Amino acid sequence: MHIVVCIKQVPDSAQIRVHPVTNTIMRQGVPTIINPYDLFALEEALKVRDLHGGEVTVLTMGPPMAEEALRKALTYGADRAILLTDRHFAGSDTLATSFALSQAISQIGNSFDTPDIVFTGKQTIDGDTAQVGPGIAKRLNLVQLTYVAKITSIDLSARAITVERRSEGGTHVLKSELPCLITMLEGTTVIRRGSLDDALRAARSEIVKWNAAEAGIEDITKCGLRGSPTVVKRVFAPTPREQKAVQIDTTEKRVHDIANELVASIFTHQPALQHELSSADSA
Amino acid sequence: MGTRKTKAPPPAALGRAGTKRNLPDHFKKYRHVWVFIELERGQVHPVSFELLGEGRRLADQLGVQLAGVVLGPPGDSTRHAVAEAFAYDADLVYLVEKPLLTDYRNESFTKALTDLVNTYKPEILLLGATTLGRDLAGSVATTLLTGLTADCTGLDVDDDGSLAATRPTFGGSLLCTIYTLNCRPQMATVRPRVMRMPQRSNKRIGRVIRHDLRMLEDEIVTKVVGFLSDGQSENANLAYADVVVAGGLGLGAADNLQLLKNLAQTIGGDYGCSRPLVQKGWMAADRQIGQTGKTIRPKLYIAAGISGAIQHRVGVEGADLIVAINTDPNAPIFDFANIGVVADAVSFLPALTEVFIRRLAPGNHIRLVN
Ligand SMILES: Cc1cc2nc3c(=O)[nH]c(=O)nc-3n(C[C@H](O)[C@H](O)[C@H](O)COP(=O)(O)OP(=O)(O)OC[C@H]3O[C@@H](n4cnc5c(N)ncnc54)[C@H](O)[C@@H]3O)c2cc1C
Repeated sequence: MHIVVCIKQVPDSAQIRVHPVTNTIMRQGVPTIINPYDLFALEEALKVRDLHGGEVTVLTMGPPMAEEALRKALTYGADRAILLTDRHFAGSDTLATSFALSQAISQIGNSFDTPDIVFTGKQTIDGDTAQVGPGIAKRLNLVQLTYVAKITSIDLSARAITVERRSEGGTHVLKSELPCLITMLEGTTVIRRGSLDDALRAARSEIVKWNAAEAGIEDITKCGLRGSPTVVKRVFAPTPREQKAVQIDTTEKRVHDIANELVASIFTHQPALQHELSSADSA
Repeated sequence: MGTRKTKAPPPAALGRAGTKRNLPDHFKKYRHVWVFIELERGQVHPVSFELLGEGRRLADQLGVQLAGVVLGPPGDSTRHAVAEAFAYDADLVYLVEKPLLTDYRNESFTKALTDLVNTYKPEILLLGATTLGRDLAGSVATTLLTGLTADCTGLDVDDDGSLAATRPTFGGSLLCTIYTLNCRPQMATVRPRVMRMPQRSNKRIGRVIRHDLRMLEDEIVTKVVGFLSDGQSENANLAYADVVVAGGLGLGAADNLQLLKNLAQTIGGDYGCSRPLVQKGWMAADRQIGQTGKTIRPKLYIAAGISGAIQHRVGVEGADLIVAINTDPNAPIFDFANIGVVADAVSFLPALTEVFIRRLAPGNHIRLVN
């Protein structure tokens, strides 16, 4: 069994700056982490491997420094790490990103072993789009299982997989086939601590680095800004509210009086609410 | 950019933005605003109506028609979805009715929607940023090789007729406006409750354009073998609640959540929380409010022991009235709340609940046990 997990290195804080000319995000100097949702994907991949045997390859596209995220993934127990890095990828939107990653995944299949499952997190915390997973699935013509809360069963000989997928108001149980692409939900599993062995191995491991050509990408115009149909025209800060909250004075007053004052104030602001709440209560 | 020669069906058109009038013909063919009407398990998701309201505005600005797209099994639920699309002011509805569209599955829905786009060529295609909508939008955009802007908070039409889609980035600390330059359609998803719910009219059914889906059940790999409903108790319909009471880390202990639930129950509201409470396992993930949780738009929002971080703020800004209870007078939540009380939420919530009980249902004030 071969599993590929796509991860992304993302800024850990809100201290981001925006390039004044290109309007792209400048990541220098901001501390980075592995996108938290990707860790759930990695954990699930490792669990599947532990149960069914095989290997887990982690893949990221990013600047050379994204190597750190891959090394971290190795300490959790991934078997192999591949960094897809090329200046041609700069400025990629989700369509261009899914193109580059899908090409790299095909190349991983050629170089090592064809993946049975490709995992991504449900979304990243910087882009928040949840589109790269579906994009990769479509490009590789893989069955797509998004928002998976749980893998219920995998039958390798029958090439069958059953998962629980979150949907509005409930969970769908889906039966599908391998190979497939899964985007993993958060909070469904406890993320392991890597073993000491893994940490030592990670420190020594070589990270495979591919540029566009090495990943088998022939048409470079499908990557980076040129391959991105969406263009960020303007980045701006949200307009702050002019007024701070009206404060209810709480000094030297009993809790009960303050509560009275608050309720009165709520109904002054929203006269219709009193009636609505009363009828809701008696209903 | 030259004309691209492909076998039918053509992918999204290529052209150049900003010079709409000089565009190649195949680019100009993309007209009208479409809204995907999300129908799952027989129910239309209200986000579809919110999008019809927004789509109406865009279509009027562009001087084009607004269409709803309904994909579903033959029967009442689909017919109802079509009627609702008209009630929320669609000019026409594209309809694909097939038994294999009974449950949402990526393969069949992607093919149906992609075929419709390739045949009838909308200029703008909007979907809800629900689990279904995001799953579908990503596949459709990739198949069409067009741009998709996710989780927009604002949509507008530029002078040259391009869609300007604004969305939060980096956890809501910044906003960015995104254009889809060289491709059509321009696609965007919008989260539930970000746009206002429009007025429902009594418009009767208008023009329905039926389309076939050439696909057999055997061609669809994924089968739905079960559905586990969230059930009544944990069925958080937070996004659509009129009154929401939420707690944060300031509540101090999981036991204190009962204070929140008491208040919510008293005023007929729903309850939610900030993210750390989900991470601690104190509350279910679908009660989280904020950037990575739900967007809410209640008439009254009461935040107890919540600092008001930007990621929380983006989820509650649509509330009509925000009340904050926090021990720290400098908590960021007071920057966007309407009414602030600097107090310990743990002792204040029971008092507040009691006052509400008195005001709302006189004579009924011994219900609380704490
Ligand atoms: C990528 C990302 C996504 C995120 N998404 C979300 C999201 O969707 N939703 C969300 O909420 N957060 C989200 N967060 C987390 C967010 O940044 C904040 O950490 C979180 O909202 C803080 O929760 P809190 O206000 O409950 O806790 P804290 O920040 O710890 O604040 C607790 C507050 O309670 C007050 N307090 C303490 N004791 C009392 C008392 N006895 N009575 C009254 N007040 C008291 C304190 O003064 C303080 O203001 C996200 C973060 C990241 C990085």
